[in-house]
This record gives sequence, structure tokens and C-alpha cells, in this order.
Amino acid sequence: MTLEVLQIVWFILYAILLIGYAILDGFDLGIGALSLFAKDENERAIHMNAIAPVWDGNEVWLLTAGGALFAAFPPVYAAVFSGFYIAFYLLLAALIFRGVSFAFRNQLDSPRWRRSWDWAFGIGSLLPPILYGVAVGNILRGVPIDAAGEHAGTFMALLNPYAIGVGLLVLAIFLTHGSLFLAIKTEGELHDRAKKMSGRFWMAWTALWIIMTIATFFVAPERFGIANPLFWVFLVGSLGGLAATIILIGMDHPIKAFVASAVTIASQVSIAFVGLFPTLVPSTLGREYDLTAFAHSSSQKTLTVMLVIVLIGMPVVLAYTIWVFRVFRGKVKATGDGY
Amino acid sequence: MDLVFLARLQFAVTVGFHFLFPPISIGLAWILVFVEAVGWRTGSETWQSIGKLFSKLLALTFAVGVASGIVMEFQFGTNWASYSRFVGDIFGAPLAAEAIFAFFLESTFLGVYLLGRNRVSKEVHWFSILVVAIGTTLSAFWILVANSWQQTPAGFEVINGRAVLTSFTEAVFNSSMWPRFFHQMTAAMITGAFFMAAAAAWLLLKNKGKEVALLALKVSLVTGFIFAIISIFPTGHWHASQVARDQPAKFAVIEGLYETQTKAPLAVFGIPTVDKETEKPRLAAEIRIPGMASWLATGDVNAEIKGTDAFPASDLPPFGLPFFSFHLMVALGVAFLGLTALGLLFWKLNLLERARWFLVLMVIAGPLPLIANQLGWITAEVGRQPWTVYNYLRTADSVSITVGGGELIFSLVMLSSIYALLLFVYLFVLGRILSKGPEVPQTAEVVS
Repeated sequence: MTLEVLQIVWFILYAILLIGYAILDGFDLGIGALSLFAKDENERAIHMNAIAPVWDGNEVWLLTAGGALFAAFPPVYAAVFSGFYIAFYLLLAALIFRGVSFAFRNQLDSPRWRRSWDWAFGIGSLLPPILYGVAVGNILRGVPIDAAGEHAGTFMALLNPYAIGVGLLVLAIFLTHGSLFLAIKTEGELHDRAKKMSGRFWMAWTALWIIMTIATFFVAPERFGIANPLFWVFLVGSLGGLAATIILIGMDHPIKAFVASAVTIASQVSIAFVGLFPTLVPSTLGREYDLTAFAHSSSQKTLTVMLVIVLIGMPVVLAYTIWVFRVFRGKVKATGDGY
Repeated sequence: MDLVFLARLQFAVTVGFHFLFPPISIGLAWILVFVEAVGWRTGSETWQSIGKLFSKLLALTFAVGVASGIVMEFQFGTNWASYSRFVGDIFGAPLAAEAIFAFFLESTFLGVYLLGRNRVSKEVHWFSILVVAIGTTLSAFWILVANSWQQTPAGFEVINGRAVLTSFTEAVFNSSMWPRFFHQMTAAMITGAFFMAAAAAWLLLKNKGKEVALLALKVSLVTGFIFAIISIFPTGHWHASQVARDQPAKFAVIEGLYETQTKAPLAVFGIPTVDKETEKPRLAAEIRIPGMASWLATGDVNAEIKGTDAFPASDLPPFGLPFFSFHLMVALGVAFLGLTALGLLFWKLNLLERARWFLVLMVIAGPLPLIANQLGWITAEVGRQPWTVYNYLRTADSVSITVGGGELIFSLVMLSSIYALLLFVYLFVLGRILSKGPEVPQTAEVVS
């Protein structure tokens, strides 16, 4: 494959890794954030048990995306991670607390102890979607990348209204997606409540998506890839997915609604990538400073090696991930290991 | 304050903390593969009980390892952006491979092993812990590929100030990769064994689940003894002679050789210092074996070994820290062999339960392999200075230039506080799990 083809392939693969991450860790982060609304300790235990066997594997998608960005587009990895420094460390703090809360929570028979780790789980799950959204918002809008390929902005500048809007959108998406998964994994009163909440969060998702799409038209009109037929495909996917999600919620098919919401997530992330292509990080200081797949990739050899690694590895990963979801299918309880 | 120093300090704190946990997980996972296999095949409740108890400790250790590991995946970008740009064409691939081939395996199958006991067959349950152990080993392999490439870079050329891959296999199988991997793996097995031995000895001292604890102690003593031997010979020796060949400046410093010489002596003890009169470095209070360093490095007593005087001062690591950490690590390695040999002797003499002082000693020795791991890592990484990519990229040229002192202090203080808390909670929970003791088998079994 020529270098150019590989660069395009890696741009697409990178999008796929982020979509995989958003769909998979999306629902377990959503359930974590939902646990903040749970009625009692018992319910919070059910929230946690619903995702206990799978959350860690889901989070590996983030590590894979990070490693892949490092390997395929090193200057982008370097500029974004050093540029969004404070935001990344806040994210790491959240993910650390969230991760250990699973291992620590049930080790001591004390309500205060469990309450503390429930908070770590809840806040640690609430923060990441907002931070991801803020990062995505800033990238869509463009950040001050200078001639050296370095981010020349500040943390406070990242917290602009547009980016915070995208942060809330991502939170609404994960909450919808998470409440659907919770509805699948629970029964009785909690199941009914999760279903009801999924409808409400769906409304927030739809409203915020429309608002942020309009806002994007004013803030970064060049992100509308209307000349690209794929843009229209994913637009139909987004709208159709949103419609299918709420219809299936109404018809009481949480599993199908969950699939529809996954399709919607994939479509909406894809629209953003279509609008960006071939840019990975647009610069506000001049288009010539944009970090792009063509100008800022690794060598042809490295991209080829990485492609082989992914083509061997990811199908196997997908196969046993599906198997594990099947092993742990069915409803969860609050007691024991939940299964 | 010096920004390079702060970035290095943060890297040292974060890797140092993270590196406490994976060696325990690796060692414990492989021991559990064995324990669960015996428990499954024989149906012995005592063996199964060991499996249940230590799988809880594995879960706990693994969780803290994973949580602190995420930081490592991102820290190259946040704090070492210039390094990331220089090495990205080579260094990113092993990190991505680690995630794809190892992290997914470990985390997914650990879920099945810990929570799926009643959902999958016995075969699949055992297979899960086997896959976890393989996953942790692959993880060690890929991260050590990346680390070894920094030490002995290969398979690339520098074009426009960036390392560009010319051969993936040469980059992966660089000259320090195999000795480092096998030495680290044996160290991990010792770490897991001593962790288990300390837990078992403590249970025996507290008189909890005596049968289970005694058997666990025996398993860990055998494992510890075997790998204590292998860690010294062949893997330790192999690794040291590879350093002598590939990184002579590092070898000179860790052996306290300040002058190039034939029949180079091995420093058994010494304190690196500077001679007041000549202002040259020398070893105080030295105990040396003539010709031994030459022989160990090359197999020839008469071989010439380069001293630190053969290198420009600007290319040398600090003299003190790598020397002390190396010698202390070797001393600990010998101690592990002695302790486990003593334990096996007591077992043979049927004294294991009665020699309470020995049990106390094994409890105290539990964390020592963790210290040895840290010392080995300090030897390797401080010994690599002043380079991040040996002979190609200097540490001072590797940091993120957009990250300021305020940001560094924020992240350093935040991570240090979180890690201090995690360590405290980890030890507390560890104590809680152990104080509950193992599930005692209903019917007493005869354990030889």
C-alpha cells in the first residue's frame, strides 16, 4: 500500500477505535454517572455489578486508541497530550478512582466505606464524558497549534462555551446509552426507572445534538463535509438512529434500543471525522499549521506494521469480547459477585 | 525549579508506583495457573481454597496496577512530547501492541476468572487464569521491547531529527530485549512467590487456615527457590554481560570501574566517592575480587574493560545511585536464594510450622522483591542517563516544552497524593482479606 492509502486507512482506523471506545466504555461510564441518582446502597451495588466483568476490557479501547495515535500520528499525540495537559490529568484522576472503586468497595462491611467508593465510582464516571466532549469540541473548533506543531493555548481557553456544550452532549449520550444497558441488566422497579430515564436522557441527547449542530455551523462551518457523500450517509444514520432508539424504548425493547443508540453514536462520531478529514487537529493560527493525517503520520513501514498488528489482533479481541458478554448475559443482583 | 528535573521526578514516582504491582500480578497469576490446575484435577479443597484466597489478592493487585498503568500510556505525550515526536515511529507500535495483544486479554479473562466461577465450566475457568497469566506476560514482553529499544536502539535511522523505522524485527529484538525480558520475568516469579509466602506465613503465625496456609507456603517456597536461582544464573548474568557489551559506560559505573583496565576486578562492596587530592572518582572501603569483572563480562579474566575515564563526562550517568542500587539488588537476589533454601530445609526437617522466627522472617521478606525490582529498574534507567534513547536523544531534549512548572507541580502533587492514598488503602484491604483467612476445607486432608 502507498503511504497515502495507509494514512487514510489509519485515519479511518483511528475513528473506528474511538467509536468502539465510545460505544463500549460509553455505557459503563454512563451507568457510573447514573449511580449518582440511585436510591440506595443496594441499587448502587447493582449499577456496579452490571458492568463489573466488562468495564476494564472496555477501557482498554482508550489505551489502544492512545497507543495507536502515538504509533500512527506521533506529532498529533505529542501536541494534544502536552497541550491538553491539565484536562488529561483530571481525566486520569477520575479514571484511577473509578477503576479502583470496583476492587475496594466491597472489602469492608461499613456503609461509610462503601459510600466513599460509590462516590469515587460516580464522580469518576461523570467527569470523563464531559472532558472527552470538551476535548472533541475544542478539536472541532480548532486550537492554537503553532509553527512548531505545539499547542500554544491555555487550559482556561479550552473551557469555552462551545466545548462545554459538546461536553454536555457526550454526557447525555453516555447517560442514555448507560440507562439502556442498565435496563437490560436489571428487573423490577430499577428496570422500569432505567427505561423511563433512558427516554428522558434521549430527549436531552437529541436537543443538545441539534443545538450543537447549529452551533457548529456558526463556530466551525468548515466541519460540515456536505460535499462528501459519507456526510449524508452518517447524517441519515444519526437521525434514523435517534428515531429508532426512542421508538424501541417506547416498544419496550431495551436490547434493540441499545443497538440503535450504538449505531447513533457511531454515526455521530463519524460525521465529526468526515468533517475533519484529513485533518486531525485544526489550527486556529492558520490552516498551514493544521495537524493532518498526510503531513503528520509515521513512516509507511510503521503504518504497515501497525495495520498488520490491528488486523491480527482486533478480530480476536472482538470475538472474545462478544463471548464474554454472552457468558455474563442476564440480570444482575446486588449480592455476592452479582452473578 | 528545573523543569526537566520535575518531569523526571514525576516519571520516577509514577513508574515506581505502578511497577510495584505488575510483578506481583505476573508471578501470582502463573502460580495460580498451577494451583488451580491441581485443585481442578484432584478436586482437593485445600488447593481450591488457596486458589480462592489468592485470586482475591490478585484482583486487588491487578486493579491498582491497571489504574496506575493508564497514566503511563499517556505520560509520554503529556510530559515527554519532544521524546514522543523523536521516537513515535518506533516506540508507539509496541505500546499499541501491548494494548491489543495483552491488555484486552488480561482484563477480559480476569473478569471471567474472578466472576465467572459459576457461569463457565471448570475447564474454561482454568483456561481463563491461564490466559490472564499469558496476557500479563505478553504485557511485560511488549513494554520491555519499548524499554529495551531505549537502552539498545536498533532497526532505525535518524532522518530530519526523527527516528524512522527501517526494520521492525530488528527494533523489537534489539540486543537487550531477551535478557531483560527473562530477567524481569524471573524477578516477577520471585515477587509473586514471596508475596504468597509472606501471606501464608502470616496466616500460620495467626493460626488461620493452617492446612491451606502451610501448603501455600510450600508452593511459594519451591517457586521462589527455583526462580531465585534462575534470576542469578543464567538470566542475571546474561543481562549483566549484555550491559557490559552494549552499554559500557553504564557497566563501568555500576561496577565502580573508573579506569580502563585488563583483569578488571569485581567490586563486592564499595562507596563511590571522589579522591580529595587527585579529584578523581574512586571507591572507598572497597572489597574487590581481581579479574572477576572481566571474567563475568566476557568469560576471559584478561579482557580489557572500559572504565569511566574512557567516556566524556557529559555522556556518563551519575556514579552513586546506579552503583548502590545494582549492588543492593544483587545482595537481595542472593538473600532470596538463601531464604527459600532455608525454608525448603525446614520443610524437609518438618520444622516449618514450629520455626516461628522463620515465619516472621518470611513475612518481613514479602516486600523485599518489590524493592529489588525498583533497584533493578533504577540501575537500568539511571544507568542509561544522560540519554532517553541511548546515544541518540538526551533526557534534557526530551520533555514537553509547552508544559510549565505550575502544571508539572499540579500533576506531580495530584498523582503523589492519589498514589499515597491508593497504597494505604491497598495495604489496608490486603490486611482485611488476609485477616478473614482462607475458607477452611470441610474434611481434613492429608497434605504431605
